[in-house]
Amino acid sequence: MILNPGGPSHFLLCWFFWDCLSGSVFTRSCFNAIKKSIMDKFEKRVLGASGIITMLFIFSILYAKNSRNIDVPECIPYNKTYENPKVVKLDTNLYQVYAVAQMWRFEPEQIYIPVGSTVDFFLTSKDVVHGFDIYEKNLNMMAIYGGITKSTIKFEKPGVYKITCHEYCGVGHQNMQSEIIVNYPSAK
Amino acid sequence: MQLSRSLKNIILAELLFPIVLLILGIYHGLMQTIYRSGAIHQSGAVHLDYYQGLTLHGVINAIVLTGFFAVAFGHATIAFYLKKEPNKIAAGLSMWLMIIGTLLAAWAMLSGNASVLYTFYPPLKAHPFFYLGAALLIVGTWIPLFDWASIYIKWRRENREIKLPLAVLGTLVNFTIWFVCTLAVAYEVLVLLLPWSLGWTKTVNISLSRTLFWFFGHALVYFWLLPAYIMYYSILPKLAGGKLYSDLAGRIAFFLFLLLSVPVGVHHQFSEPNIERGTKFFQSMLTFGVAIPSFITAFTLAASLEYAGKQRGSKGILGWMNKLPFLDTNNYLFAYMISGLILFIFGGLTGIVNASYQLNSVVHNTAWIPGHFHMTVAGPVFLAIIGMSLYLFSTLQGKKIFLPRINVIIPYLWLIGVLIFSTGLMWGGLIGEPRRTNLGMTYLNPGNSLYHPQWVPTTLLGMAGGIIMTLAGLLYFIVFFGTIFNKKSATAGLEFPLSESYHDEKRIPLFDSFKPWLIIMAIIILIAYIPALTEVMKNSGPSAPTFLPANPTPGAK
Repeated sequence: MILNPGGPSHFLLCWFFWDCLSGSVFTRSCFNAIKKSIMDKFEKRVLGASGIITMLFIFSILYAKNSRNIDVPECIPYNKTYENPKVVKLDTNLYQVYAVAQMWRFEPEQIYIPVGSTVDFFLTSKDVVHGFDIYEKNLNMMAIYGGITKSTIKFEKPGVYKITCHEYCGVGHQNMQSEIIVNYPSAK
Repeated sequence: MQLSRSLKNIILAELLFPIVLLILGIYHGLMQTIYRSGAIHQSGAVHLDYYQGLTLHGVINAIVLTGFFAVAFGHATIAFYLKKEPNKIAAGLSMWLMIIGTLLAAWAMLSGNASVLYTFYPPLKAHPFFYLGAALLIVGTWIPLFDWASIYIKWRRENREIKLPLAVLGTLVNFTIWFVCTLAVAYEVLVLLLPWSLGWTKTVNISLSRTLFWFFGHALVYFWLLPAYIMYYSILPKLAGGKLYSDLAGRIAFFLFLLLSVPVGVHHQFSEPNIERGTKFFQSMLTFGVAIPSFITAFTLAASLEYAGKQRGSKGILGWMNKLPFLDTNNYLFAYMISGLILFIFGGLTGIVNASYQLNSVVHNTAWIPGHFHMTVAGPVFLAIIGMSLYLFSTLQGKKIFLPRINVIIPYLWLIGVLIFSTGLMWGGLIGEPRRTNLGMTYLNPGNSLYHPQWVPTTLLGMAGGIIMTLAGLLYFIVFFGTIFNKKSATAGLEFPLSESYHDEKRIPLFDSFKPWLIIMAIIILIAYIPALTEVMKNSGPSAPTFLPANPTPGAK
């Protein structure tokens, strides 16, 4: 439901948001209730306009989240089994990658998957904070000791996708890159 | 007005100290753009490693300069508008704590024992002096708030029916935000990190320390910004030759900042584990709420400037833009402030991109982010700070500006530099260029297997902008130190241009008292941060041992 972004469990938060914090409404009611007469017509117009713009932004976020399923990485309760790097094939076009970041490499270092696969990435770190960025796919996660992140993407085009560490992780930070090879030279 | 000698000296020392350090801060800003463009492929240059310099650049420019300036400007504001001087012992104690803290941290960074960047994310470990220095610096900035609050209470008893001057209201709001948010980082530093870096505790919960850091980290940017806002509301309209469009709008903006500056920190953590999507979404929405006071400010300032242009005899709808005193050498603060405002249009818009929940995945930790915040903190904030520092030095000491014609073009040169620099970084960020990375070693090194030729034009653009910014910085240092060493030629004293209001609303008690706003602030923070902290405690696994930046072995010494 577009009006209830977090699902039923976050009903309270949503209620709070829609009631108090739909930006302009809050400010406008502040203005109107307390000092109706002194607000000049230009101020009223510009508040209305900025309120509409803010609502448009928020609507776009809700649309992307709920109708197009574009979301921020998911958080998975910690479990030690995620610290073993591996690639698991669930089905012909369904893969799971358990990625582990450490100073200064990712494991698995090369990942081979066929074109058209959907891949769940699970990520954690064995030491300091690392980043995990595949910019062509807007996959963007942080690897943190004691935490598991999950993101799902689909590789529709063949090619070599670089995974870059984008969080400073010590003197070897600039060497930390691995790759996903989508059907090239051949799927393993 | 005349200040007592001791307060004047404290203010001048608190302005001078960070500007001397800024030489190092700007130097490494330039060096970073050079390393990143691939012009050099080294881990360091002139005894300064890339990441060591990056730490210095962040700490000096973003914490030391801004913190010292906010305190010095706060003393000046309180003394000037309330006509009561802050307590000299408290002011002196605060200054010495900040200076000692900065020196301790500077030693740790310069000796290469604290290359952990200004966010000091554990489990990367720095020398204990780095954490201790940060803690002293922060505690030093707390002391004036209590002193100013008692001055305010005394003033209020004497002036029941008068509106609190907008600049004082802004200063008190700013330091209240700062006090609340730094409680979290003080806890992080003193309870979690300092014992851990001394070896007394073995491990630290990474997600918890990051969440505490970002409780502070986003409010920090408003602590940077509000002194500039105070100048925009209380000084800029007068400099432009007009009036502030609405005094009440300024009060509402400052109180909205008080409510919403802190409970938005999770928007820096969209990409990380242990905090659930509902909490991230909620704080993303609160971040849109904190855009409202900036919308209000944009309108009020544009209206004030339009009024000023019309007072100067402009014609037509946009004619006022040509009538403003852009290059008036006697009115150079206008140049500093308007350049900052122009940059902030882009800084604010790109900030909305960052706050937009899933859109953050496109830009998180890429070069886009420094591209964005150089148009905020290195835009309005930095220009307001250096412009006002120069102004306070010349008025408090009665000295003429050295090279006034050069002085008035510095902010425009800086503006052009930042626009080019940020264009390069943001473009690079959109094609995957990471921030905080010595790109010249690998990604921008044609001889390396990780070479990324698509980042050549973007990093070159960044370097071009960086060179122009450094040139503006150099000219500023010449003008600043030239002014200090100029002969005394006018009467010394503290004077600020006083802006009248176009709509000078009568006093509304709600917008002239802190209590109701402080209560709502506490409620929103609890609603936003109780779920975040509970989830962190619930979802995170074991705590981490220490790691040094150059050694992947845990617990290495």
